[in-house]
Amino acid sequence: MKILVAIKQVPDTATQVKIAGDGRSIETAGITWIVSPYDEFAVEEALRIKEKRGQGEVVAVTLGPERAKEALRSCLAMGADRAIHVNDPAFNDADTLTTARALAAVVKQEQPGLVLVGRQAIDDDMGAVGGQLAEVLGWPCAYWIMEETIDADGQTVKAARQVEGGLEVFDVPLPAVLAAQKGLNEPRYPTLKGIMGAKKKEIKDVKAGDLGLGADAPQLSITKLEALPPRPPGRIIDGDIATAVKELVRSLREDAKAI
Amino acid sequence: MDFALTEPQELIRKEVAALARTFSLDYWLEKDRRHDYPWEFVKAFAAGGWLGMIIPEPYGGSGLGVTEAALMLGEICAAGAGTSGASPIHFYMFPPMPVIKHGSESLKQRYLPKIPTGEIVMSFGVTEPNAGTDTSRIQTFAERKGDRFVVNGRKVWNTNARQATHMLLLARTAPRDPAKPFRGLTLFFTPFDRSKITVREIEKLGRAAVDSNEIFIDGLEIPADDVVGDVGQGFYHLLDSLNPERVLTAIEAVGIGRAALERATQYAKERVVFDRPIGQNQAIAHPLAMAWAKLETAELMCLKAAWLFDNGKPCGAESNTAKLMAAEAGFEACDVALQTHGGYGYAKEFHVERLWREIRLYKIAPVSQQMVLNYLSEHVLGLPKSY
Ligand SMILES: Cc1cc2nc3c(=O)[nH]c(=O)nc-3n(C[C@H](O)[C@H](O)[C@H](O)COP(=O)(O)OP(=O)(O)OC[C@H]3O[C@@H](n4cnc5c(N)ncnc54)[C@H](O)[C@@H]3O)c2cc1C
Repeated sequence: MKILVAIKQVPDTATQVKIAGDGRSIETAGITWIVSPYDEFAVEEALRIKEKRGQGEVVAVTLGPERAKEALRSCLAMGADRAIHVNDPAFNDADTLTTARALAAVVKQEQPGLVLVGRQAIDDDMGAVGGQLAEVLGWPCAYWIMEETIDADGQTVKAARQVEGGLEVFDVPLPAVLAAQKGLNEPRYPTLKGIMGAKKKEIKDVKAGDLGLGADAPQLSITKLEALPPRPPGRIIDGDIATAVKELVRSLREDAKAI
Repeated sequence: MDFALTEPQELIRKEVAALARTFSLDYWLEKDRRHDYPWEFVKAFAAGGWLGMIIPEPYGGSGLGVTEAALMLGEICAAGAGTSGASPIHFYMFPPMPVIKHGSESLKQRYLPKIPTGEIVMSFGVTEPNAGTDTSRIQTFAERKGDRFVVNGRKVWNTNARQATHMLLLARTAPRDPAKPFRGLTLFFTPFDRSKITVREIEKLGRAAVDSNEIFIDGLEIPADDVVGDVGQGFYHLLDSLNPERVLTAIEAVGIGRAALERATQYAKERVVFDRPIGQNQAIAHPLAMAWAKLETAELMCLKAAWLFDNGKPCGAESNTAKLMAAEAGFEACDVALQTHGGYGYAKEFHVERLWREIRLYKIAPVSQQMVLNYLSEHVLGLPKSY
């Protein structure tokens, strides 16, 4: 089975995000970029499916600027067979729907039996691309997947989704889009041989034109980013216990309006 | 001129950092406290194929160079593992080097494939109590008897000897000729036969997790097949691996300095005294900034020396300089980091204390700062030899 994994390159989780001068994007200088952690679960699951079935192909896909190649290379180092990079300035302002349409065009060309994505990218936390991709393709889709089993002939997948207090299990006909939740697996670290092998694997650059897409104006645009206001400092209430407790209760009621 | 790392080199750096950081500072603190060898760490690196970094591909390794090994060891140290984590891995990079370069095909086929998997654990026996830095005066003697050598003698500071399955051993096979003092030494790569070798651990300042020992060799039999290269040429075979060792230990010192600096910088932002974070005082900030600058500079020298070696160019001056400057920069960074922590720097649970003890080693081993300066005075500046 051919499995396509859509991934996104995002700032490292430890990044101190700063708003850029334009007020609607973030400062990218000095950022360490990683594969979005939920996408790593998706890559890992694709590799496990291939290993379990003893055959197949895992193709990593991303839409992003030139630097996003590093993220694809990481997927190749983990074990993906090849990668496709939708790399076109026309997509610089792509919203989730534009991204989903571009990925759908790749899916139509590649015709995989399954598409895996992360449940959301940890930068803008939209959590929309997987669902929109399924919608554009007219495929079924299951989100927050904690377990999956594909039947022997690759016709359906039993996918278990995390819900409050338990798992909700679906039988989903393939092809389908599954979105990985944390806990689906434990992603492997690339081996040294994996890393050295990755540079010999293909990363195909694809432009909007190659996908038969024009530059649609995005339906969603960011007008402004605002940092959270700094947390006000704490307050220490002095005095003996009886007075301090009284003051604490008064302050919680009147100042903080917490009780 | 191009200072960029290649894409695989970038990935090596990133992935080693990620793997090494799955072992917490508390893990290392506990290993240090309990004198416990970090097997979990070594096994994780074996599983990822990292131990085979410099082993050529036909023998199951990745056939990479000193540059990649340096990037790996630097990241291991920067992750906070320090010498405790770097030493066990380091032994997979350096003792095999003479075997790769000078070993017979039979020697290579018998031993090299077992290195990437971690089946072979190595120690390295050069230093002796009665010779010290003057390697030509080692006394351990290997006497030829038919198709084997019988070895008697004593080594000191043999790191890893409690764990080792094999040893790279330098011994005399002919008496010292004052006219050619470095001839008549022979290098062996051979099983660590505990029925003929007694190991006594040395208690030391740092890196308690990884043992260093005095060893007593009594009638150890080594098949002639286990000679590395030519009999009598052992010292010269060893030389090829001394420059890489200098570069690798140098970048370890840079990494340890970075680990300490990372903690100190964080602490300087968080610790509030006199109503301000201590890092707002230039007396705290400037030494940290200086430490950063010196570590960067030392790393440049390490990578230059590694590049020269990997490209088959002479690198003696650069390797020695890298080791000299990195040991200073690393020590300064750890010391400044400890000072930044005030009293808490002296407490084990803040981790800088362990790094501070560990970093001290690099001014002494594998070659002392004085001997580096001797080398530079004599071989670079052309001054008369002083000893
Ligand atoms: C933790 C640790 C692990 C080690 N692991 C190993 C190992 O695995 N295998 C191994 O073979 N060795 C190992 N060593 C040994 C290490 O390489 C030696 O300690 C080092 O080379 C110095 O030798 P020495 O201790 O005999 O010092 P000495 O040679 O006795 O020197 C003592 C001091 O005098 C100085 N000195 C000597 N001669 C001169 C001169 N002409 N000019 C100026 N100064 C001079 C030296 O620089 C030094 O400061 C290890 C050492 C340590 C501390």
